[in-house]
Amino acid sequence: MIVYLLCFILFLVGLFGVLTKRNVIKIVIGLSIMEFSIFLFFALIGYIDEGLAPIIVQNISSTKFVDPLPQAMVLTAIVIGLATNSMLLAIAIRLYKKYNTFDIRKINSLKG
Amino acid sequence: MIMEPLIPLYVILPLGAAFLIPVIGRLIKGFQKTITSLVFLFLLGLSIKFIISGINEPLSYRIGGWEPVAGIPIAIYFILDGLSIFMLCIVNLIAFLSGFYAISYIKKFTAENNFYALFSLMVAGMNGVILTGDLFNLFVFLEIAVIASYALVAFGIEKEELEASFKYQVLGGLASLLILFSIGLLYWNTKTLNIADIATIVKTGAYNKILIFSQLVLLAGFGLKAAIIPFHAWLPDAHSSAPSPISSMLSGVLIKAIGIYAIIRLFFNMFAISHEVALTLTTLGVLSMVIGSLLAIGQWDIKRMLAYSSISQVGYIIMGIGIGLLILTTNGNKTIAALSIFGGLFHLVNHAVFKGLLFLSAGAVEHRTGIRDLNKLGGLSGKMPITSSSSLIASLAISGIPPFNGFFSKLVIIIAAIQGQFYWLAGIAIVISIITLAYFLKLQKNTFYGDVKNKIDNIKEVPFTMCFSMIVLAILCVCLSLLIIPGIREAVIEPVVNTLINKANYLLILSEI
Repeated sequence: MIVYLLCFILFLVGLFGVLTKRNVIKIVIGLSIMEFSIFLFFALIGYIDEGLAPIIVQNISSTKFVDPLPQAMVLTAIVIGLATNSMLLAIAIRLYKKYNTFDIRKINSLKG
Repeated sequence: MIMEPLIPLYVILPLGAAFLIPVIGRLIKGFQKTITSLVFLFLLGLSIKFIISGINEPLSYRIGGWEPVAGIPIAIYFILDGLSIFMLCIVNLIAFLSGFYAISYIKKFTAENNFYALFSLMVAGMNGVILTGDLFNLFVFLEIAVIASYALVAFGIEKEELEASFKYQVLGGLASLLILFSIGLLYWNTKTLNIADIATIVKTGAYNKILIFSQLVLLAGFGLKAAIIPFHAWLPDAHSSAPSPISSMLSGVLIKAIGIYAIIRLFFNMFAISHEVALTLTTLGVLSMVIGSLLAIGQWDIKRMLAYSSISQVGYIIMGIGIGLLILTTNGNKTIAALSIFGGLFHLVNHAVFKGLLFLSAGAVEHRTGIRDLNKLGGLSGKMPITSSSSLIASLAISGIPPFNGFFSKLVIIIAAIQGQFYWLAGIAIVISIITLAYFLKLQKNTFYGDVKNKIDNIKEVPFTMCFSMIVLAILCVCLSLLIIPGIREAVIEPVVNTLINKANYLLILSEI
């Protein structure tokens, strides 16, 4: 149970970063922390105590394996996360070139 | 279960086009424009063929051809039923017209190849979301569609576009995380990802707190994607900053395909819906409807006003569907519920058509004058007759003036609300319709009528491809009101309503051949 709680706290740390930080890069970092807490949650739900890696070879004695599907999902999600993060950072670099600042309080040309 | 080998074409063709354009587009001039138009025209034709032949039982396609083992589906399923084909038809129609419109519009940007590649990628993602029968696959296609749309919103790389795209990405990223988290919870609880399989488990399972929690998280995630009111902050910026053909795609179909469609599919076909969730959905719909239109009145930027109006009209769709759900959960009259859902879906297709048209005509005005501020525009009706008249038709349609399509869909929603004894909601819907008329009159008067405010004398009508798209959509605004006629209504929208109300119909895909 405690791991799930820690995982949730990690999510909250990321959320805190997104909500309170004023720096564009720090917001991106906060978002990635949240993302990785979700990945950790996926790894946890597939885990079984004393389970082996689900590779079936001949003469294997144990019949207890961890669930491989969440691991496959996490791999896919990490690749998607890479795409979103690089997209965010590319926009952040462009923002810096246009506004000469990373402060979101000064990036405010859209209103209403 | 019937296998249909043509289904994957909806994803393969746009995806293939997206990857071929950057390679071949460099070598052959005009390749990117031709291939996108052809692909979407073909897919539109295929959708119409499926609608005409009628789908009584869901068609499916198993990716990789994996057979189910002991009744447990292993492969990722693509499922084509009444609702999917209906959505596919709208998505590919608007995609074709926006892509055709963009041929002239996009000349002012330098990277045409990138534009069309991202455009095709976005449509591939949307088609995938609509077709897939697997939760995690839905997430993957959703991310394909939204990442392409993040890039397209920032396509102008000016100050406003970048800021809007950044906001959109932070909120969109948060929404994706919520959806992923909810998928994790569902998998943890049911040990399967297939939507039909989950539906069978949820139906037999008892009351479960984790399931309720995952429903709420999913509602928040897809609500962020659909920009329902407490989650709407990104929409006005993103939709008004994007290039106009993209605005029309985003407002016309993206928020519906990845927001409303996903909500409808998961809540009708997967979860055993509870009264509380139905009540939440209806409340959010009404809030969106009211607040969106009140915010739209004060806007002076033409595209920003249209973006706020999208929030309000999406509220109508959600309200229609929410009333249907409320009646179903309280075991009320199924005919009224069906009527209400019919109204919501009818408004969905109508909104795609007229909001697409409004954004395209706003784009035409911006293309010729370079101005989006309503204070500085005026008197364009004489100079741009086609843009002006098509925009007028769309404005009348969205405000609910007969004989245009918007009138009939709003009428159906209001009649269903009265029959279901939600008198307050019917009253609010009528009042909001009047407010909608007010701000569209403001838009028309300040843009196309009155005096010419600044020296814009040398203005001509926009080129042929832009005119063509606008004329087709304007004709559709009138023709779609035919869907209300009993014979056509039974053929086109009744199958959609039936897939939603009869949950058992969707589960047929699990049955063995």
